[in-house]
Amino acid sequence: MRKFALLATAFALLPLAQAQEPAAAAPAEEAVAIDWAHWQAGNEIGNTASLQRGARNFMGYCAGCHSLKYNRYSRVAEDLKINDGQLSEYLLPAGSRKADYIITSLAYEDGEAWFGKAPPDLSLITRSKGSDYVYQFLKTFYADPATPTGVNNLALPGTAMPHVLSDLQGVQRGVFRTVESKGASGEITRSEEFVNFDNPVPGQLTAAQYDEFVRDTVNFLDYAGEPYKAKRIDLGIWVTLFLLVFTGLAYLLKKEYWRDVK
Amino acid sequence: MAATPDSVPAAKKGGFRVWLNKRLPVDEFVESQLTGYYAPKNFNIWYFFGALSLMVFVLQIVSGIFLTMHYKPSEAEAFNSVEYIMREVEWGWLIRYMHSTGASFFFIVIYLHMFRAMMYGSYRGPRELLWIFGMVIYLALMAEAFMGYVLPWGNMSYWGAQVIVNLFGTIPVIGPGLVEWIRGDYGIADSTLNRFFALHVIAVPFAIALLIALHLVALRQTGSNNPDGIEIKAKIGADGKPIDGIPFHPYYTVKDLVGVGVFLLFFCGVIFFVPTFGGLFLEKPNFEPANALSTPAHIAPVWYFTAYYAMLRAVPDQQMGALLMLCSLVVFFFLPWLDRSPVKSIRYKGILSKIFLTLFVISFIGLSYLGLMPAEPIYVVFTRIFTVLYFAFFLLMPWYTSVEKCKPAPERVTYHA
Amino acid sequence: MSDAVTSSTEDVDVSRRKFLTAATAATGAIGVAFVATPFIASWKPSERARAMGAPTEIDLSKMEPGQMVVASWRKQPIYVVRRTPEMVAALAAVDSKLKDPKSAESAQPEYARNDARALKPEFLVVYATCTHLGCLPKEHFKPGDALLGTDWPGGFFCPCHGSKFDMAGRVFAGSPASINLGIPPHAFETETLLVIGVDPAATVQGAA
Repeated sequence: MRKFALLATAFALLPLAQAQEPAAAAPAEEAVAIDWAHWQAGNEIGNTASLQRGARNFMGYCAGCHSLKYNRYSRVAEDLKINDGQLSEYLLPAGSRKADYIITSLAYEDGEAWFGKAPPDLSLITRSKGSDYVYQFLKTFYADPATPTGVNNLALPGTAMPHVLSDLQGVQRGVFRTVESKGASGEITRSEEFVNFDNPVPGQLTAAQYDEFVRDTVNFLDYAGEPYKAKRIDLGIWVTLFLLVFTGLAYLLKKEYWRDVK
Repeated sequence: MAATPDSVPAAKKGGFRVWLNKRLPVDEFVESQLTGYYAPKNFNIWYFFGALSLMVFVLQIVSGIFLTMHYKPSEAEAFNSVEYIMREVEWGWLIRYMHSTGASFFFIVIYLHMFRAMMYGSYRGPRELLWIFGMVIYLALMAEAFMGYVLPWGNMSYWGAQVIVNLFGTIPVIGPGLVEWIRGDYGIADSTLNRFFALHVIAVPFAIALLIALHLVALRQTGSNNPDGIEIKAKIGADGKPIDGIPFHPYYTVKDLVGVGVFLLFFCGVIFFVPTFGGLFLEKPNFEPANALSTPAHIAPVWYFTAYYAMLRAVPDQQMGALLMLCSLVVFFFLPWLDRSPVKSIRYKGILSKIFLTLFVISFIGLSYLGLMPAEPIYVVFTRIFTVLYFAFFLLMPWYTSVEKCKPAPERVTYHA
Repeated sequence: MSDAVTSSTEDVDVSRRKFLTAATAATGAIGVAFVATPFIASWKPSERARAMGAPTEIDLSKMEPGQMVVASWRKQPIYVVRRTPEMVAALAAVDSKLKDPKSAESAQPEYARNDARALKPEFLVVYATCTHLGCLPKEHFKPGDALLGTDWPGGFFCPCHGSKFDMAGRVFAGSPASINLGIPPHAFETETLLVIGVDPAATVQGAA
């Protein structure tokens, strides 16, 4: 637990540590810490192929524990242009109807008992935490023998979730360095700062393939958070054009009448 | 066909009009309120926001009525029913975004409308009551917005309700009992949600509609102010109409249409392209259901309340903080009597008025920003500075408006065709 | 008219003014119609209602001959009866006592407009809603039922106003109801799986 606390402190102090004189930081020959906290998911709502792959990824790797309780299979299929055959083959679990919500078969109580915390529903995860957060979370698992699951996570330190995608990504090792920083009253605090990952046991996917896997999955989750998003933006363009016409006419009308006013 | 073919349809048309007007004073109403109502001809861009706030009110009523057809005001179902509206009701997402965006835009137009009144001295006699009705509408709107914010039962809704309701607990003696009475339970609960729903959809909108009616009647009684802050009724032409007045219809109806168009461009821009407005109009924690065991990491009200929230936090004493917040609202009511200037409009007021009004605006925006930020020491310092400037605008007004050198107000309104 | 406004007719281009007024009003009216559309459409059955109205599946493998189960589709109760061969054979005998023996006036899909009023004579699928005033007729399948007298051939009896129906849901003469019980679209996806809410062709397509 102490290690988590230290880590958490390190993250919290990261901006401060960076702001300090370089002399106060670790020796200069060390690598620059990777800026994982600014990684972006780069969602593409219009990329149907990516969304389809994301849906398949979700059903294959996430749906065992996580539900999308506000989304229906039928609606996902319709929006993502997945035909009935593909829907039954790749997405629809046995015993589910097309019109069903995407509910996990994992019972809430079992989730609590096995992981200490029931796996949350993910239908709004990108809206409540942001796509970038989910992307960072799925990419920053690293080995940590001190935890029950054997892994820890930079985006959510102390997460109860095991690294479900370790087959694909492999298990990264986090490289940390100890940073000393001076507190306000002059005392020295030591904290561990994350530098980067090495990946001694790569998984089935290369780093680039894994990145695409995660991007597709996050893209799909973003879709699941707001299924009508693409439609909303399309319609918005027409509404804007219409309003421009209306405002233009109203302006001409106003000018015409106000010629009277001297 | 008769010898005068034109006269037949004309008589028919006239016939209905005469018939109708005998029973309902339509022509009289149009004459007195629109074509015969003379408004100053020199209104500028700031004079759009009254009509626009009325329009937003109507939009909110209509979208709100349709939301209540699908929403379920209960602890167990509220959050789910909002997602149901967003995903399963045909066009439900659009109606919900209209309502949530409308809430923020209501405050935007109301703030601009109030600022207009402060710039041009529209609160000054004989328009004191008009100003007071407006202020009461503003307070009612705050109550309306707060209770509406609780209804989706997201985590920020829940904790917002918790914090705001607990404010009443700072009232000496009766506070704790009052809080319990407002909630109807020992915490924010189903009963709280249910009564807020009733107030939000029926009681407060009724009150606001009535107040708007009073506000408009008072406006018709005194006539509109204008950017020069002089009374157009003082110069009456040979026809008995103000020389610098023009009929509201058609001149201001067509002008307001342009305002409506531009407003809708902004409004729809938000609805269709950035409905959460970066977490400012719909906050991220509100996409998680209410959870009594987990306070969001960073809790702040919606942007339109943050100026007052910042002041509340700036005082290291709970009761004093609440009292200061109350004063910051009450002081608006005294504006008509605090202003001692011989002129109404900022155009002719002296440099001190201009400086204090500018500082007030900077303070209000600054406080709104700081209220969204975490309460770090450096922010608290700024908050206190802005709070002092905010109150200085009001409390020093009798002094600076009477000592400064003003330009004389013109005889006639300034207008260049 | 005050000094501020001059509208002497020679200054004003009346036709331009009329045109712009009409154009703006028409555009505004189109806008209002656009805005009204989502509000009106929001009253249509929601996706949830439509999902709940999706076809209902019933497993027939556990049904005994002579047994009835109550199903539900689109908020309507539906009776599924597994008729015995005797029940099917007895249908023709009551034709003369019925108001609409050939179901000419009654509501059913074309494939159920036959003597047994069914896709497969063994299974009767009917709306459990009396065509008189909408009560649920009760099952009285045993001929010579104690309540309905010794000449009762077996069928349904509505307790509200006494309408009587035979084992194919056909109404007996003398009942207040005037037409036979309705039959919902249904199909057999497999030998033992009944789907209520789709026509047979649709299932064949779906299976292909």
